[in-house]
Amino acid sequence: MNTVIETSNLVKRYRSLAAVDGLDLTVERGEVFGLLGPNGSGKTTTILLLLGLTEPTSGTVRVLGLDPLRNPLEVKRHVGYLPDQIGFYDNLTARENLLYTARLTGLSAAEANTRITEALERVRLTHAEDRRVGTFSRGMRQRLGLAEVLIKRAEIAILDEPTSGLDPQSTQELLELIVELAREGITIVLSSHLLTMVQTICNRVALFNHGRIGLMGRVSDLTSDVLGGTHVVEVEAEGVDLRTALNGAPHITGVTEQRQGLWRVDADADARPDIARRVVEAGGALRTMSIRQTTLDEVYVRYFEEERIHAAA
Amino acid sequence: MPQREGSPFTGLATVALKEAADHMTSARIHLVMLLVLLTAFGSVYAAIGQISQTVSEDQFLFLRLFTTAREPLPSFVAFLGFLLPLVAIALGFDAINGEYNRRTMSRILSQPIYRDALLTGKFLGCLLVIALCLLVLWLLVTGMGILLLGLPPSGEEILRGLAFLLASFVYAGVWLAVAMVFSTIFRSPATSALATLTVWLLFTVFWPMLSPLIAGAVVPVDPFDPMTAVHQVELQRAVARISPNTLFGEMTLAILNPETRSLGIVFANQLSQAVIGAPLPISQSLMLIWPQLACMIAALVVLFTGAYVSFQRQEIRA
Repeated sequence: MNTVIETSNLVKRYRSLAAVDGLDLTVERGEVFGLLGPNGSGKTTTILLLLGLTEPTSGTVRVLGLDPLRNPLEVKRHVGYLPDQIGFYDNLTARENLLYTARLTGLSAAEANTRITEALERVRLTHAEDRRVGTFSRGMRQRLGLAEVLIKRAEIAILDEPTSGLDPQSTQELLELIVELAREGITIVLSSHLLTMVQTICNRVALFNHGRIGLMGRVSDLTSDVLGGTHVVEVEAEGVDLRTALNGAPHITGVTEQRQGLWRVDADADARPDIARRVVEAGGALRTMSIRQTTLDEVYVRYFEEERIHAAA
Repeated sequence: MPQREGSPFTGLATVALKEAADHMTSARIHLVMLLVLLTAFGSVYAAIGQISQTVSEDQFLFLRLFTTAREPLPSFVAFLGFLLPLVAIALGFDAINGEYNRRTMSRILSQPIYRDALLTGKFLGCLLVIALCLLVLWLLVTGMGILLLGLPPSGEEILRGLAFLLASFVYAGVWLAVAMVFSTIFRSPATSALATLTVWLLFTVFWPMLSPLIAGAVVPVDPFDPMTAVHQVELQRAVARISPNTLFGEMTLAILNPETRSLGIVFANQLSQAVIGAPLPISQSLMLIWPQLACMIAALVVLFTGAYVSFQRQEIRA
């Protein structure tokens, strides 16, 4: 069986507010799956439901074929969790903290100690293992949290906002560790609003909006679905209305004027030569033209813009 | 609701031992225990001074260590009745909300254990610390007694001492459960500490004043009916016994003063042919405190169940 996480029509209500509202989600083994969305869109609630830490109002969850409500211990034995803003016992050392959770997992003291040594080495915290966690930086705490997932030898690692509040270097280090885990075949579910990061490491993403999944799929598919194109060309030109000039041109999926003389052209291929030719033919003076691949940020912003327009209408 | 699988006791011992170890090394408990030890030494030392001055023969000299007071110090038992709740509150007031505040709750509960194990483990861990403290205290006092009085305790005195330990343990357990309840209800440790201390003050300071007032209001004494006076006293006792402090006081009285024959009012005709001042055997003293002990254990169980229910229903969002 290759589906490791499956939810169907999952609903979680807090009084009248539906935090998760009819969620259908499947995650395959070995995937890196991203849960994206603004704060309060139901990502953390979804994660808690997957772990059986909160009860769904209706709908079903299956993690590794098990029901986290009925069999939470077995689920939690195979799923590692790195909570948002992870906390440790500040008065204990890194090793003592890990030993406590390793013992809770049911490991013997000897087995726990060898696994802790290994895990600390992998997250590069061996030098700090006897320091109190109170002295740790945010990045070190996150790595320590990841060490906990390693010690458990989890099949699925669920990471809630793993890089929030980290400096760029710590973010990079953490991402490398996550990619390493994924390469070893651990299924990774991570939530984030740092989209560029998600784009680089996720196979598939789900865009959350008010407790529902707005969009789900591969990053490249999403960019073409929402923006209609995978490339963005910024054109600075004078004396021409680009919208009429590019009317009917191949590959062009959208033209928007960002300010006087600056246009943004969405295309599903590199259409620069064509754009340049048309600008010149229309008698315009082409100043600059630059191309880049679309990022998830744009998908995100555009998607929620459209949502707002729909909601207002 | 489907039946859940797996034992609720998975991880219980790990949590309990970790909690106990944490408390044993925490500055908070060191301070409270220092206070307890100092008062214990003070009161016992004063008691020994008092005892060695009296020349009358006493069968239970060792028990007098606990109950003798010399101005201005109260007796060891009185001190303990006052300070044990403080020890228990210091152990329990941030048991659950402290985990939320350190943001360790979701991490711990994502390990393969049930919430039951966390709450029960914490409770047992604290009880273990209390038991150890009481045992050490009792041994210290007994040791001091042997050294300074120069005679060993008799077998019955040891038994009575152990019964006294059990009573103190249950008494501290009740206050620990009170602190735990508030630590699940309030998210801020400061609020839960204050709430627990308020309850403690109510029962320690105000309850002895309130119970005669309540009894007087409910059953006024009719000067032409002497039974109303009896009813009032009985009601006053019943109200006073809501406070664990009263129950603890009565238990220690019966255990440590073997002459105690009754914890309620006694009529003259009930004393006919009784040898006043003759000690009861320990089995009879235990019979005397049995209702009190059972009530305290019941209170402990009810309070713990309250904490349990409140904790199980909680959302554990970060």
